[in-house]
Amino acid sequence: MANTLFINNKECEYTNEPNLLEVIRNNGFNVPTFCYRPDLTQYGACRMCVVEIEGRGLQSSCTMPPEPGLKIHTNTERTRRVRKIVLELLLANHDRECTTCNKSGNCELQKYAQEYGIEDIRFAGKKPQDFLPIDNLNPSIVRDPNKCILCGACVRACSEFQGHSVLGFANRGSKTVVQPFAGRTLGSVDCVFCGQCQAVCPTGALTIKSDIERVWGLINDKDKKVAVQMAPSVRVALGEEFGLNPGENVIGKLNAALRQLGFDLIFDTNFAADLTIMEEANEFIERLNKGENLPLFTSCCPAWVRYLETHHPELLNHLSTCKSPEGMLSPVIKELVPKYYEGYDKENLYVVSIMPCTAKKAEAIRSQLMKDGRFETDVVLTTQEIAKMIKSAGINLAKIKPEKNDSPFGQYTGAGTIFGASGGVAEAAVRTAYELVTKETLTNLDFKPLRGVDKTHRTKEAIVDIKGTKIKVRVVSTLKEAEKSLRELIEGKADYQLLEVMACPGGCINGGGQPRSCDDSKIKELRAEGLYKEDIELPLRKSHENPDIQKLYNEFLEKPNSHKAHELLHTTYSDMFKNSYKDFSNK
Amino acid sequence: METEVKKLNIDINEEEKKARELINKQGLRVLVCNGTGCIANGSNEVIEKFKELGADVGILEENKKMVTVPTGCHGFCEQGVLVIIPDFDITYVKVKPDDVEEIINSHIKDGKPVERLLYTDPKTNLHVYKNEEINFYAKQSRTSLKNCGEINAECIDEAIAKGAYRALSKVLEQNNPEAVIEEIEKSGLRGRGGGGFPTGRKWRFTAANRGGKSYVVCNGDEGDPGAFMDRSVMEGDPHKLLEGMAIAGFAIGADEAYIYVRAEYPLAIKRLRIAIKQAEERGFLGKNIMGSGFNFEIHIKEGAGAFVCGEETALMASIEGERGMPRPKPPFPANCGLFGRPTLINNVETLANVPVIIDKGAQWFSSFGTEKSKGTKTFALTGEVNNTGLIEVPMGTTLREIIFDIGGGIRNGKKFKAVQIGGPSGGCLTEEHLDIPMDYDNLIKAGAMVGSGGLVVMNEDTCIVEVARFFMHFTQNESCGKCVPCREGTKNMLKILEKIVRGDGEMKDLDTLEELALAVKEGSLCGLGKTAPNPVLSTLKYFRDEYIAHIKDKKCPAGVCSALKTYKINEELCKGCTKCARNCPVGAIEGTVKNPHKIVQAKCIKCGACIASCPFKAISLV
Amino acid sequence: MSTDTSCAINYKKVDDIIASIGAKKQNLIAILQKVQEEFRFLPQEAIAYIGTKIDGLSPAEVYGVATFYAQFSLEPKGKYEIKCCDGTACHVRGSMPVYTYLTQRFNLEEGKFTSKDGLFSVETVSCLGACGLAPVVVINGKVYPQMTTDAIKIVIDTLVAKEQEG
Repeated sequence: MANTLFINNKECEYTNEPNLLEVIRNNGFNVPTFCYRPDLTQYGACRMCVVEIEGRGLQSSCTMPPEPGLKIHTNTERTRRVRKIVLELLLANHDRECTTCNKSGNCELQKYAQEYGIEDIRFAGKKPQDFLPIDNLNPSIVRDPNKCILCGACVRACSEFQGHSVLGFANRGSKTVVQPFAGRTLGSVDCVFCGQCQAVCPTGALTIKSDIERVWGLINDKDKKVAVQMAPSVRVALGEEFGLNPGENVIGKLNAALRQLGFDLIFDTNFAADLTIMEEANEFIERLNKGENLPLFTSCCPAWVRYLETHHPELLNHLSTCKSPEGMLSPVIKELVPKYYEGYDKENLYVVSIMPCTAKKAEAIRSQLMKDGRFETDVVLTTQEIAKMIKSAGINLAKIKPEKNDSPFGQYTGAGTIFGASGGVAEAAVRTAYELVTKETLTNLDFKPLRGVDKTHRTKEAIVDIKGTKIKVRVVSTLKEAEKSLRELIEGKADYQLLEVMACPGGCINGGGQPRSCDDSKIKELRAEGLYKEDIELPLRKSHENPDIQKLYNEFLEKPNSHKAHELLHTTYSDMFKNSYKDFSNK
Repeated sequence: METEVKKLNIDINEEEKKARELINKQGLRVLVCNGTGCIANGSNEVIEKFKELGADVGILEENKKMVTVPTGCHGFCEQGVLVIIPDFDITYVKVKPDDVEEIINSHIKDGKPVERLLYTDPKTNLHVYKNEEINFYAKQSRTSLKNCGEINAECIDEAIAKGAYRALSKVLEQNNPEAVIEEIEKSGLRGRGGGGFPTGRKWRFTAANRGGKSYVVCNGDEGDPGAFMDRSVMEGDPHKLLEGMAIAGFAIGADEAYIYVRAEYPLAIKRLRIAIKQAEERGFLGKNIMGSGFNFEIHIKEGAGAFVCGEETALMASIEGERGMPRPKPPFPANCGLFGRPTLINNVETLANVPVIIDKGAQWFSSFGTEKSKGTKTFALTGEVNNTGLIEVPMGTTLREIIFDIGGGIRNGKKFKAVQIGGPSGGCLTEEHLDIPMDYDNLIKAGAMVGSGGLVVMNEDTCIVEVARFFMHFTQNESCGKCVPCREGTKNMLKILEKIVRGDGEMKDLDTLEELALAVKEGSLCGLGKTAPNPVLSTLKYFRDEYIAHIKDKKCPAGVCSALKTYKINEELCKGCTKCARNCPVGAIEGTVKNPHKIVQAKCIKCGACIASCPFKAISLV
Repeated sequence: MSTDTSCAINYKKVDDIIASIGAKKQNLIAILQKVQEEFRFLPQEAIAYIGTKIDGLSPAEVYGVATFYAQFSLEPKGKYEIKCCDGTACHVRGSMPVYTYLTQRFNLEEGKFTSKDGLFSVETVSCLGACGLAPVVVINGKVYPQMTTDAIKIVIDTLVAKEQEG
């Protein structure tokens, strides 16, 4: 039932909004904020969202629940004074080298400073000699504490999404900093590089480590051939950077833009998602038959893989040995493209992948993913980075005419495309496993209980009856939820046989490398809808029906889990807890 | 709600009678103050001496034994060690171990008071025998502090003899939580920790969530520099607090409680632990209290040094084992507090007032005080007054009565300048405020607040700008760092004040200071930030001239701000005694014996040590 | 952290402390207090270790708590812990000259609070609640009332002499 209150003398309706800030936004007004993120707990620290409530003075709207009849004013002398002083104080203490900042143009501090006309900063700030060192020693994330405004969004993301609080506050008062344990680098603690911290960071304090120049280098090198692949979720998010709606599928436009940029061959990770299902579904059936290493954990998410390696090495036997789709496609490209295309050989062929993910950058340099002295995937770009490249090349993605990708790794099924949303891998695997075991056609392909990407759908379950064998499939997103499932397993209480884990809340559509969406939790739902829409529209919706996949097995891999398949498509894991800063076993 | 009268298995009147008899049997009571202040002055040694020499004093006509009773704080810390012999109606001050023998031989054995150990009234220069005739005590009405200084806090029988747990017994017998809340509401008691929120209303809000698990939390994180009344209650009469908490728990339906005590109060922690144990053993706490079926368990949580933990949501975060950072309100603790459960949080003094309200009735309590501020309030009277210490007076007492009657006026005959009330959240009041009745509302109107009740008296030698800087330094240092206005705003306010004190201030700094102060006051997340600008705003209001003197004339009228002054030795007065040179921490004073000394200005850090040490008043500020 | 505070730690002692208080997040502050009592400061390894031993806590979070509260020290404290009260009452009655004397006497540079020989550490505290005796200094729990530069000098001289004898 709708209630009403008054915003700026206008009667406004509200229903179940958790706070005034959401009510204000839903009624056509806005207030600035740094620390409010709808998917994280309210924090109330930045004080930018203060509103004047008649009879109650200034209140932060992000922490105030709506009440019928409240009279709220969002833009008064008092609210402006607080906001302007907050901005001026933050800027005084901020490394203001805006022009060379990775976040420039995307920075909320910069945006509000401009909107509120902060032109003079009366307070002395940090001197350059007081600047803290920048941590850019890991492949995924750059942490620049001199741009941190202590809104705590990253700390909450790390704790509330991933449950392991790699980032924390240290010290007190004006000496407060956000940092990993004892000021270490992110790479020297058990960070899994999911990138959710930087996804919620309002400033340039946490940014994606850019590999754009490396890719331009490859493209511009006449002696090198560059193949590119893009993950399922990229196509439903990239358009946002060009003014298109979240969820709008831009895969054809992306193909065209990539060709314009100068990539030689354009493939699709969706194809490899189908390939992953072939391998993983068969692996699952084999484990079921043998009763070994169950439940099976999916292995597509590199942050999840790293989490197991750093936190639960004793459970690595449950992890599927399948590489991620991207991890499978790169060696396949390098192995087979020279057979199909003239002028390509293993030495001059490079693979760039476009991923929604910062952890992929760290995954790409795993020693287990090296072949012949080279990494199988040469460079990983995030969705944000490819958007920048496209913009800098002067291409308007919104208007460019769609093109097709290249064969033979371009065709994909609906099963491949839904990999991008939490629950998609499990659903795709079940579609194939069911038919492989029963040899019957599955009529209802939609596993609704496994779908949903909002905060209420971080653990989902479905029971699949495969000819009398009941399989319990569990899908979780966020590592905090995953840890709960692992605890059940450790305590011997796990009743599920297949566990799909995605570290980012809602899955890859909400990955750390996607266009910024942290102030609107609906965006990830629209992206997921975009994927499920494509699933329905595609003529084929089961991985094993993909003719290119069938061809690949017939001509090269023989059959799933064959020796050849193992060599290219499977991997191993290592215990990364041992000798880490948390390992005290030898002390 | 059930209101059937309960039959208890402990008869508190019987217990009280027994305890009295027990104490009477012990003999002549010699009370020696054993609060933190007096311990620092050597009260443990005095007690030892009394025990040693008095062990076999089988002295008096009735042939009573003498018994030495270490007590909590009497409040008159300035005059410690205090020794009181109630049967003789006499108070000795500044007692040293060596004086004990004389007290025993002359007074206890021979009945001749030791005059040299009596308090001397600074106005009349006469000896004062009786406690209540000492001007410091004469105008007080001690309620929450009543037993402090009269009982041995480590002995529950002494508390029971004074009526402890009588009120708890009453509410458990009547078995009507609603009636308890009504009584507290009627009494008009308001929170003694700062804001002055009506206590009964707070209880009612929390009680509205009765049913599931809820908690009582006692805020004993008395962090205001210059306030120590809660410490006195915890050290001197812990059972009063425990009883108040149990009554609160009964009223709101909580069975578990925490007392959060700052780590700087080790004695309070020790005595509370002893008191809880004794109360549990006697059936006044723990399971099935006095056979009523009511359970109430009290835990002690030690703080770890963070002023902000006095803020209730930060305090709860600290109890939960987190950084003590405040959480936004709403949700209020009454709905979602400790561990996410409904929580009643009151400070020590508030809870210590509860038993007497129940015992003597709301009407008795509300006969003290003003229309909107009922009862008595404790204040820690410190600074440049003759009598420093802890006092308790009815709400509405004027500053003049406190400073000039109870406090005995300004030290060394200097002139009163200002009084800082309410610590870092409060403000400075001046001569013109001396006659306003002190209560919550009047103080807010004047730009200060009751706060926790620190009263720091300042004389003409105190620089108001420096005091404002001092408080800003304090809040800046104690800011948790969560919200921007407090973290960054107080830092920049402090920078401006430092600039002014250093003599580098500009007039436009005052505008910036005021603008910042307003934004911090209005924009901060918690009470600490919202009140942090008060010392600056109130001094800007009442002592703007002094700010301007620092900025325009580059002068510190009180002669305090070291950057704006130099120390000079008057060669004519200097006898060359070398005392100043020996006391100078940086060796900035040169000279030979019996010859006039000189201060090397480049080395001088302007600490004032020389001026204090010179016996010939040869050093002055220029 | 510029100073190397790593040292061989007896983890068994940390285990015992955790076990005696209870491995629960709400006991973290009490655990840190005991550990500090044991080692006279909080060694970094001990902080990380506690972070791995209590459910729901990470090393970064324990570090956050340890650096939030003034009572905790990540550097070794002196044998004699000197606390100069700088509460309002002490401040107006001259606590700063006493503090300045101590920092000069032990040659403490900005940001350092322990003397080079490790015997004395000096810090200011906000209020010890002994305002009636202002200014006060507390050394290893013992309160010294009404301090002046003269008086504190005698106190320190006595302690130094005691150390030299013993």
